[in-house]
Amino acid sequence: MSVALEPTRSFQGLILTLHRFWAEQGCVVLQPYDMEVGAGTFHPATTLRSLGPKPWKAAYVQPSRRPKDGRYGENPNRLQHYYQYQVILKPSPPDLQDLYLRSLAAIGIDTRLHDVRFVEDDWESPTLGAWGLGWECWCDGMEVSQFTYFQQVAGFECSPVSGELTYGLERLAMYVQGVENVYDLNFNGLEGAEKVTYGDVFLQAEQEYSRHNFEHANTQMLFQHFKDAEAECRSLLEKGDRGESAAHAMALPAYDQCIKASHMFNLLDARGVISVTERQSYILRVRELAKACGAAFLRTEAGGFVAA
Amino acid sequence: MPDLLLELFCEEIPARMQRRAAEDLRKLVTDALVERGCVYEGAQAFATPRRLALHVVGLPARQPDLREEKKGPRVGAPEAALQGFLKSAGLTDISQAQVQADPKKGEFYVAIVEKPGRSTPEVIADIMPGIIRGFPWPKSMRWGAASANPGALRWVRPLQSILCTFGHEMETPEVVQFEIDGLRSGDVTRGHRFLAPDLIIVRRFDDYVAALERAKVVLDADRRKQMILTDARNLAFARGLELVEDEALLEEVAGLVEWPVTLVGSFDESFLAIPPEVVRATIRANQKCFVLREPAAGALTNRFVLVANIEASDGGEKIVGGNQRVVRARLSDARHFWETDQRPLPDFESASDKPLDQRLAKLRALGIVFHEKLGTQGERIDRIVALARELAPLVGADPDLAARAAELAKADLVTEMVGEFPEVQGLMGRRYAELQGEDRSVAAAVEEHYKPQGPTDRVPTDPVSVAVALADKLDTLVGFWAIDEKPTGSKDPFALRRAALGVIRIVLENGIRLNLSNAFASAYRSHRTTNPLLASQLDVAAASAGQSVAATINAVAGAVYQSDLLSFFHDRLKNYLRDQGARHDLIDAVLADAASDREPPGSPLRAGEPGGSRSRAANDDLLAIVRRVEALGRFLDTEDGRNLLAGAKRAANILRIEEKKDGRAYADAVDPALLAQPEEQALATALDAAEGRARAAVAAEDFEGAMAALAVLRPAVDAFFDKVTVNADEAALRANRLRLLSRLREATRTVADFSAIQG
Repeated sequence: MSVALEPTRSFQGLILTLHRFWAEQGCVVLQPYDMEVGAGTFHPATTLRSLGPKPWKAAYVQPSRRPKDGRYGENPNRLQHYYQYQVILKPSPPDLQDLYLRSLAAIGIDTRLHDVRFVEDDWESPTLGAWGLGWECWCDGMEVSQFTYFQQVAGFECSPVSGELTYGLERLAMYVQGVENVYDLNFNGLEGAEKVTYGDVFLQAEQEYSRHNFEHANTQMLFQHFKDAEAECRSLLEKGDRGESAAHAMALPAYDQCIKASHMFNLLDARGVISVTERQSYILRVRELAKACGAAFLRTEAGGFVAA
Repeated sequence: MPDLLLELFCEEIPARMQRRAAEDLRKLVTDALVERGCVYEGAQAFATPRRLALHVVGLPARQPDLREEKKGPRVGAPEAALQGFLKSAGLTDISQAQVQADPKKGEFYVAIVEKPGRSTPEVIADIMPGIIRGFPWPKSMRWGAASANPGALRWVRPLQSILCTFGHEMETPEVVQFEIDGLRSGDVTRGHRFLAPDLIIVRRFDDYVAALERAKVVLDADRRKQMILTDARNLAFARGLELVEDEALLEEVAGLVEWPVTLVGSFDESFLAIPPEVVRATIRANQKCFVLREPAAGALTNRFVLVANIEASDGGEKIVGGNQRVVRARLSDARHFWETDQRPLPDFESASDKPLDQRLAKLRALGIVFHEKLGTQGERIDRIVALARELAPLVGADPDLAARAAELAKADLVTEMVGEFPEVQGLMGRRYAELQGEDRSVAAAVEEHYKPQGPTDRVPTDPVSVAVALADKLDTLVGFWAIDEKPTGSKDPFALRRAALGVIRIVLENGIRLNLSNAFASAYRSHRTTNPLLASQLDVAAASAGQSVAATINAVAGAVYQSDLLSFFHDRLKNYLRDQGARHDLIDAVLADAASDREPPGSPLRAGEPGGSRSRAANDDLLAIVRRVEALGRFLDTEDGRNLLAGAKRAANILRIEEKKDGRAYADAVDPALLAQPEEQALATALDAAEGRARAAVAAEDFEGAMAALAVLRPAVDAFFDKVTVNADEAALRANRLRLLSRLREATRTVADFSAIQG
């Protein structure tokens, strides 16, 4: 491996190291889902695949959009678009904590030099109807990962339980590279004229999207898109339903519409046009979609459905 | 006597659950042992982030033998009955049972079931799976492949191993063998996750604790706390500084480490421009670190103490560096919030030129719901403003300042800072109010109106703070009473007990005369104006009763709050005074005096009595109640007081008995013509004078005076009981003497119900 691709040297080196590590543990290494999502958990490889009895191991990077977290590129730690590294293992292996700690070692965190801690953090996604128990993983006081044993997803008990690891890649990279500002991260590991920083890649995007998210996104249109996605999700679920004895035919396309509705809600929320009371009802509407999609997925082959 | 050692080793247990879990484990295991006849000498439980441990000493080697007689059917009973008996008694043939004779029933079978006691390890092996499966974790989970099975084991986090040994001190203990969901008990554990991860073979408690220490695990949470505290104080002292102690944080941090290593970090001094409470909250909430200040509770400094879980090979340099970076980033965020909150708020700049007023405008515009049935925060603010203005003159505050303070009191809820750190609400409002040039009392009230938060919290004293604090709490209490959301049992989700205690403490500690019933009615009127639901209910009620809405409000307020909310306040007051060391019976005596309205209506002995509402005014007034309790206490400390109490109780006892016997009350007037003996006449004369004076004094709220007036009665009462026979043979004389005693009882009731006083 070239020096530039060492995990402590470059952002992409960090990602490649994690890919290699989890690939060696038998994970399928997937690419990001091609839709806007708020977290790696929304990727169907986690949400839907954590349902049903079939074993599943996957690892992937997921660009995550949190419109409200935009800071016009002025905050050294907060971004409206960032990367999560997501690992899902079903069922959760007995040595999951050890695997996680070995992955930290692989990216250069020596646990005899750094203070790694598992601090209670119960995870819940109201929009996905999901919850689990686990921890925030701390390295020298910084939260670098989330570690969750899924108990329920889309309103269904996980059977068996999956273990989910989510690494905050920028934070982790800032830590191992020793930089204070996310935009100073070395992206490609090269120096001098060849060096590309995180700022070179994303600063302009952060500025532009902050304007979009907070000031200019067309709220009328977003409200309409939300409604359309909701309706389309319901419609696809209905059209794909061929009766109790047959597999559901369109769980995945329906779930895409659920993701879309969720993102529309996040954008509307960032624009500040959703009141506190309405907020709850929007979350509930997305959750209802997620539950319906989960139910449909459980009636597909990947969800463990066996046609009668 | 043998000892039991048990360890349940798992993935990291949330810090807040550890202490309780250790205690639960101790109780569950020892209770189950005792229930099975295995009494013990002592038991101690421990918790670290990764283990619960239990040491039970002085157990018997075996359960005691049990001999049980089982009664069976009579001799010659049907075959089915005999078979059932054999089965339940564990016999194979009826010849194994004994025959006993009973004089009534005749002969019947008895089975003597002798149950030899099992060995204690067998008993332990028997009880443990049930205890583990049913362990009362606040939240538990499933994990791994087994989680797909119904009835899969649940634990707080995945349970990894179980250590369970039993034996005498001098012998090699045995492993208590049991299995739960594929996990077998054994005699091994592990040390510190990073510093000593190897397996450790354990015999008993002594070597267990010692081996854990060698493997960098301090088993006892209290010892970990002490280590952290001592080290933190020393590190501070060495720098000429002082640790800002924080028990809750210490408890939490001790639950996050097995091997505490205390280190000091620092941050850039420029962050000290942020309010110190925010710096502390940031460092505490996000980093679980302690802050340091100048000696003698001086100013906050730029140093903090962190507690690591490892002894790092570089002396902790990297750990400190990492923590400093995070603290810096968090403080940068806090500074950003602090500065943003002082700047104009986009979209609300036209509402006002003052930043906090712009936030208030946003709070109103957002329509944030306070409670589904009690409207929005904006409406709540309007009510508190109105009530604070009304209460202001009563507490010596300027009404305009009180109203302004009430208006701004909740505005900081929409600031960035409070959004991030809810625990600095109020404080931030005060800071921002000061920065925009509000009156000092107004700014202080924005913070202090939340006070007191509990029995030991400081009570506000500035009149403006007092007005807003009372208005806020009364609005909450009356509101939740109006929608029937009262505290029940241990449930008090809206902290209404705390609110009532707050009102009580503010009133008493500031010596405020406040008529609670009037205050309830005012708060209720405000709720009506901002709550359409309540208003429409009232309109309907008014229409059906054929009276004005105003009259209905007063009627409802009177009916609901007089009795219910007021007695809630009385209960809280009793608790409060009891905690202050006041005599419980004196409080009851003073409150019971005016509580004739709590008696069932038409109660035959009370119905004809005058003055049911006599002292009600005083019962609305917390300060008056307390002054009466104090005056009564002092009175009863005098000889006159004690003797009068004895006389009054004697009178009350006689009356109670005789009135019951006769089935009538003797509340009618004394007939002067029937006062036969001079002692009777003297008592009647004394009562005439004393009762009038006592009533006048009570009306003037001169409780000492009322007591003094009653004290005069003592010689007459003593003489009466000395010389006069109440139960005279002549019926007319007896009745008149009972009337006289009734008058005595009435006279003492002007200050208290003496029958409620003990001794």
